[in-house]
Amino acid sequence: MSAEFGRRNFLKFALAALSLVGLSPTVPRADDNFIIVQSTTSTQNSGLFDHLLPLFTDKTGIEVRVVAVGTGQALKNAENGDGDVVLVHSQPDEEKFVADGWGVKRYPVMYNDFIIVGPGADPAKIAGLNQAPEALKKIAEAKAPFASRADDSGTHKAELKLWEQAGIDPKASSGSWYLETGSGMGATLNTAVGKQAYALTDRGTWLAFANKGDFKVLVEGDDKLFNQYGVILVNPTKHPNVKAKEGQAFIDWLVSPEGQAAIASYTIDGQQLFFPNARPQS
Amino acid sequence: MLDKPTSFMPPEELALTSDRLLPLELKGLSLVAGRRRLIDGVDLSLEYPGISVIMGPNGAGKSLLLRLMHGLMAPTKGDILWAGIPMNGQIRRRQAMVFQKPVLFRRTAAANITHALGLRGVVRSERRPRAYQALQLAGLEGRASTPARVLSGGEQQRLCLARALSLIPDVLFLDEPTASLDPASTLAIERLLIDAQHRGIKVIVVTHDVGQARRLAQDVIFLHHGKVIEHQPAPRFFREPDSDVARAFIAGGLVL
Amino acid sequence: MLDLSEAFRAALRQISLLDPQLIEIVGLSLKVTLTAVAIATIIGFALGGALAVYRFPGRGALAAVLNALMGLPPVVAGLFVYLFLSNAGPLGVLQLLYTPLAMIIAQVILITPIIAALTRQTCEDLLEEYREQLRSLGASSAAIVTTLLWDGRYRLVTAVLAGFGRAIAEVGAVMIVGGNIDHVTRTMTTAIALETSKGNIALALALGMILLAIALAINMALMGIRRIASHFAYA
Repeated sequence: MSAEFGRRNFLKFALAALSLVGLSPTVPRADDNFIIVQSTTSTQNSGLFDHLLPLFTDKTGIEVRVVAVGTGQALKNAENGDGDVVLVHSQPDEEKFVADGWGVKRYPVMYNDFIIVGPGADPAKIAGLNQAPEALKKIAEAKAPFASRADDSGTHKAELKLWEQAGIDPKASSGSWYLETGSGMGATLNTAVGKQAYALTDRGTWLAFANKGDFKVLVEGDDKLFNQYGVILVNPTKHPNVKAKEGQAFIDWLVSPEGQAAIASYTIDGQQLFFPNARPQS
Repeated sequence: MLDKPTSFMPPEELALTSDRLLPLELKGLSLVAGRRRLIDGVDLSLEYPGISVIMGPNGAGKSLLLRLMHGLMAPTKGDILWAGIPMNGQIRRRQAMVFQKPVLFRRTAAANITHALGLRGVVRSERRPRAYQALQLAGLEGRASTPARVLSGGEQQRLCLARALSLIPDVLFLDEPTASLDPASTLAIERLLIDAQHRGIKVIVVTHDVGQARRLAQDVIFLHHGKVIEHQPAPRFFREPDSDVARAFIAGGLVL
Repeated sequence: MLDLSEAFRAALRQISLLDPQLIEIVGLSLKVTLTAVAIATIIGFALGGALAVYRFPGRGALAAVLNALMGLPPVVAGLFVYLFLSNAGPLGVLQLLYTPLAMIIAQVILITPIIAALTRQTCEDLLEEYREQLRSLGASSAAIVTTLLWDGRYRLVTAVLAGFGRAIAEVGAVMIVGGNIDHVTRTMTTAIALETSKGNIALALALGMILLAIALAINMALMGIRRIASHFAYA
């Protein structure tokens, strides 16, 4: 009867199914030509990688797999050897990474800027200010809600530096008007829009963000809002599994005139998001 | 349904089986749980031929005694000897048991038998033929592909009996097999037991139904409070029981 | 603010267009979870069956541990696997991090306890009923396990479906060990998280609706199975 058939052949079916899955390209093969880049959520959310990486792959045949987490986690992952290249935006941490021997050399790649966005109603009246710390001070005085990433990322560290320059400790008000989301840039922006809170964001993510509501760019242009990106090869002597050749090829391309032009050509609604500023390679 | 017993093992072959399991000897058998003596120093000897019936009021320990004989439970004290050999797994595998409530696998009627045969180590090619013979014997060949558990109560118990018989046991135990069955099913089961006995299987039945005992028994073991009060050939037991308890029980009274 | 109806319409449009990106993501989710379920089923059936039938020291403790692991938070399972597979960890040499295989491993860890615990319960319930008869038949412990597994097949199928439902819907484990890499380890749940964070509500909704449809299908399959089982008295 069919029951007997099922029982007798169940094992055969199960093994056949498993082998089908094994043959499918989900199982990684040793000759796959790819590198893993530890980068940040803001860079990913801006859509830069979707634009940039295919160009590199077309040229070199090397696939680039991006793991997007916060800057702190990206650097920690790289310390563990779970990546070949890091591309983040927190210069002091990047320099420490290299100094501690985890990275080979830091190359500046591009910059964008941070902006402060907020609700159209702008309760703290910061629109048009060109000094970011001053704007934050007004937000604190008005006790207007502010959403912080609070996740040890480059953006978060930049934000904390601005509060310091404003002479305010926002953490004391954590939970009341200062909201520490502990999330990536996009998730934090969702929270900000949802709670009609101000937020510090990089321009790239903001331009690509599809859920702006009635929010506007309120403060920009202060050179304290300058956001520099650096790219580093993970040190292969510390982690022999690092694909040094392919990783360096990626870095070389990024800082080459071709890569720099590719970065500059990425726009949203006609606006350029990232500004290449690699030092000319001799 | 059953006019003449169909057999899948001619009586001569059974007679040639050299090592019979009987006589069964119970010596000083006791089962104690906590402070209660459930089986209290039973001495008993059972032989071929004939159906042995274990009778007694509820709570006398009949089911327990059956399970001890079949090795499903271990006694606290005493011996269970089959042809002089102490009860063991090998001996149990030459026996079969039918329980009061039919225990059927969640499969078809035929599959219940073939699976049991498989568990007993019968070669695959022999399982289906034996199963179908057993189903025929019990008049269930038309229900072979029916899920066993949708069968009626009587059919289920007949199936359990057919399954037991397919194993060609030396000894067949039954624990109140027709307790909740209608008269037609009861008759069918009893006929199967008589047929089995004729083919050389030792049948040991527990029942509290005096009428059934009268119909089936060659000898009667009367149990009360865990003790064997009487062990007699059936005609004498029913005509003139030795004990007052047995007399009261046969007469249909409540025996405490 | 967010226009829900517009988002729904956009989502339905994407689904009906059979957007290749959508198909790739759904396909990967199914591949990862179905593989994990297959492996977890084999391990879970064996473990659950053995626990129900065999007596050995520590049996009770193992059963209790399995029951507790049923509630293992997916993100904890992911963290655990990550620590092992990271290049700084003991199994780093396998280079499994950020691959679908790592996700499969994490999901196997997640759902095996569920299947094993439910298998054990099913087998124990059946054993209550069958124990004496099986002993009378002289079945070996291994034979008893296979008997119970087949007899309990309808309840066991629901256990497998429960495991599948849990795995297809979790995001914590696959996010940590998979890294949500585009075209490589991006599943329905991690994609929903990402697209939501980018404000791409339409795509997130489309994926969400597919996920809901799968959950609905599982539940209907469960109901159907229960009905068949009771019809044949196989329950």
